[in-house]
Amino acid sequence: MSTHNFKPDMPPPGKVFGPMAWMRNNLFDGWFNTILTLVAVYLIYLIIPPLLEWAIFKASWVGTTQADCSKEGACWVFIIQRFGQFMYGYYPAEFRWRVDLTVWLAIIGVAPLFIAKVPKKGYYGLGFIILYPIIAYFLLHGGAFGLENVATSQWGGLMLTLVIAVVGIAGALPLGILLALGRRSNMPAVKVVCVTFIEFWRGVPLITVLFMSSVMLPLFLPEGMNFDKLLRALIGVILFQSAYVAEVVRGGMQAIPKGQYEAAAAMALGYWRTMGLVILPQALKMVIPGLVNTLIALFKDTSLVIIIGLFDLLNSVKQASADPKWLGMATEGYVFAALVFWIFCFGMSRYSQYLERKLDTGHKR
Amino acid sequence: MQNQIGAPKGFSLTDPRVRAWLFQIITVLAVISLGWFLFDNTQTNLQHRGITSGFGFLQNSAGFGIAQHLIDYKESDSYARVFLIGLLNTLLVTFIGIILATLLGFVLGVARLSKNWMINKLATVYIEIFRNIPPLLQILFWYFAVFLTLPGPRAAHSILGYFFVSSRGLNMPAAIPAEGVWPFVIAVVIAIVAIVVMSKWATKRFEETGVPFHKFWAGLALIVVIPALSMLIFGVPVHWELAQLQGFNFVGGWVMIPELLALTLALTVYTAAFIAEIVRSGIKSVSHGQTEAAHSLGLRNGPTLRKVIIPQAMRVIIPPLTSQYLNLAKNSSLAAGIGYPEMVSLFAGTVLNQTGQAIEVIAITMSVYLAISISISLLMNWYNKRIALIER
Repeated sequence: MSTHNFKPDMPPPGKVFGPMAWMRNNLFDGWFNTILTLVAVYLIYLIIPPLLEWAIFKASWVGTTQADCSKEGACWVFIIQRFGQFMYGYYPAEFRWRVDLTVWLAIIGVAPLFIAKVPKKGYYGLGFIILYPIIAYFLLHGGAFGLENVATSQWGGLMLTLVIAVVGIAGALPLGILLALGRRSNMPAVKVVCVTFIEFWRGVPLITVLFMSSVMLPLFLPEGMNFDKLLRALIGVILFQSAYVAEVVRGGMQAIPKGQYEAAAAMALGYWRTMGLVILPQALKMVIPGLVNTLIALFKDTSLVIIIGLFDLLNSVKQASADPKWLGMATEGYVFAALVFWIFCFGMSRYSQYLERKLDTGHKR
Repeated sequence: MQNQIGAPKGFSLTDPRVRAWLFQIITVLAVISLGWFLFDNTQTNLQHRGITSGFGFLQNSAGFGIAQHLIDYKESDSYARVFLIGLLNTLLVTFIGIILATLLGFVLGVARLSKNWMINKLATVYIEIFRNIPPLLQILFWYFAVFLTLPGPRAAHSILGYFFVSSRGLNMPAAIPAEGVWPFVIAVVIAIVAIVVMSKWATKRFEETGVPFHKFWAGLALIVVIPALSMLIFGVPVHWELAQLQGFNFVGGWVMIPELLALTLALTVYTAAFIAEIVRSGIKSVSHGQTEAAHSLGLRNGPTLRKVIIPQAMRVIIPPLTSQYLNLAKNSSLAAGIGYPEMVSLFAGTVLNQTGQAIEVIAITMSVYLAISISISLLMNWYNKRIALIER
């Protein structure tokens, strides 16, 4: 008996598989697509090589003054020399470890919440939310426990940007939830107050709100009662942002089926228990991606404090590039600031997309 | 919570209705007392600082120059006129920005859906870069790092010999009205009316008899032929005045100042990234079954897109598009960062500093933005209602 030998497999036809076929299907599929591809290649050719040349190949990286930079490429020496100012503003150099410690505490403190196996996450999270702001306040501001006082006028750079964004969202969240509850309420007076509040803040730009908080707040308060500039800006940001948070939360509450309300009523739960135990846990979970998007918007909006003279990341860059020792460095400065903002915003938006997939438990219809 | 069986009769704190009333009374009282507290403080503070409130200051002479004004302006003009100039400049930026951002956004949104891998990825990269950078940063970048570093007028980049880009902005030919301008305007109006009438007639005939009519080509013919006739009979509507280099700057023609260029460019680029995503999700929301159904009815690609896909996609696109337009209008206030003379930097900035009338100035500024917001959303709501799906 002769054994049957299979012939070796033929290679797949090049017209259907492989890189040539892929290009044929995706890039040169008909004359119109071919033209589009060629235009795209030309655009990339126009943009990418000069950009790489400027930013990397002809750029200057080492040195201490503007004289160390060649005129041909980017002068990253400027960024390296002024890095401290961009990160901490005018925060005294000997105390900058306090800012670093605050950031590390936040990272280490939050980390367990992202590990699935940690027990009693709820209690831990609650404790963290209550304790951390107090620790962070004393670390950054000082004035107690032997820590030297650092006035908020010395805060700046990325640190200030983060402070405004984090405090803004942390303050806006509870206020926004209350406003959303008020807007969905059956009581006409409460509803009117909340709708007016929300629509007012959503209708005006943040800049006018900041203007208002810097020139009008001192008029509104009793004489002698005075806040510092940062706190005034924070109040403006929180009020402004709470309106947006309220709309996001309301969206989540509207998506909860009516049966849930009825079931809660059938269990004889009162208003606050219905909301706190049944509706809000579901609604908030559903709107987490929306809240992250609000946070992204807020993070980008923090750059507006430039208008009222706070030195956040963007204003630090603007200030530094107006320095006579470093004239003509505006491009490098803004590119660096854009990169920092971009990394944060892009990271958050990716995270929000990931959450959206993870939390999609089929409530949406 | 209403109509509970066995709810206690008469007055009781456990009755939800009584509680609702009490709660509302407390809310109203709290709001009123907060308002009174603020009002009272403001009154005392104003008295102590010797500021008289009221809108009388609007009649005073401003006494400062403005870099760009769409209507005539002298330094001796009143603050009211300054307000008008700021408002017009805000509207100008918003208007240009909305048009350009919509065009760019739709192109990018369609590119993002393209089967062509290269185009698709290019659009994605564009969107991910520009929507994640704060608009104010983009404005500052365009202004300080691009437009101000351009060469001066003497070494300006020339485009076709008519447009000049320099550190003083974009100089372009100006249209000076000539003898035929009014007949031309009237001719255009007549053409538009004729197109509307023609379109209504064509739609009605199509619905009654099923005979199609080439609306697009007929409309194009009307809008070209009628104004062209007016030009032949009454003469040209405008003369073009070219910008010319004299000494150190351009003379004649229109100029877009660099602040305006930076602002419109940044807002367009930023908003277009968001609009592109809206367009993409809108088109994707129309299920593929619709395309297949249209094809099986014998419609070709063009009519499928125009009559089946786009009308359904628009319903999903319009509401978020409206909020992007609102955002653009509000973001135009970021001009305060580079000193383009619009509402916030001109009125809430310069005028406030000169007069010290903080409350009035901020109140006027905020109500302008509220008015813009409300009118755009009313307009879009009306449009949305018109095209909304009528469910059975």
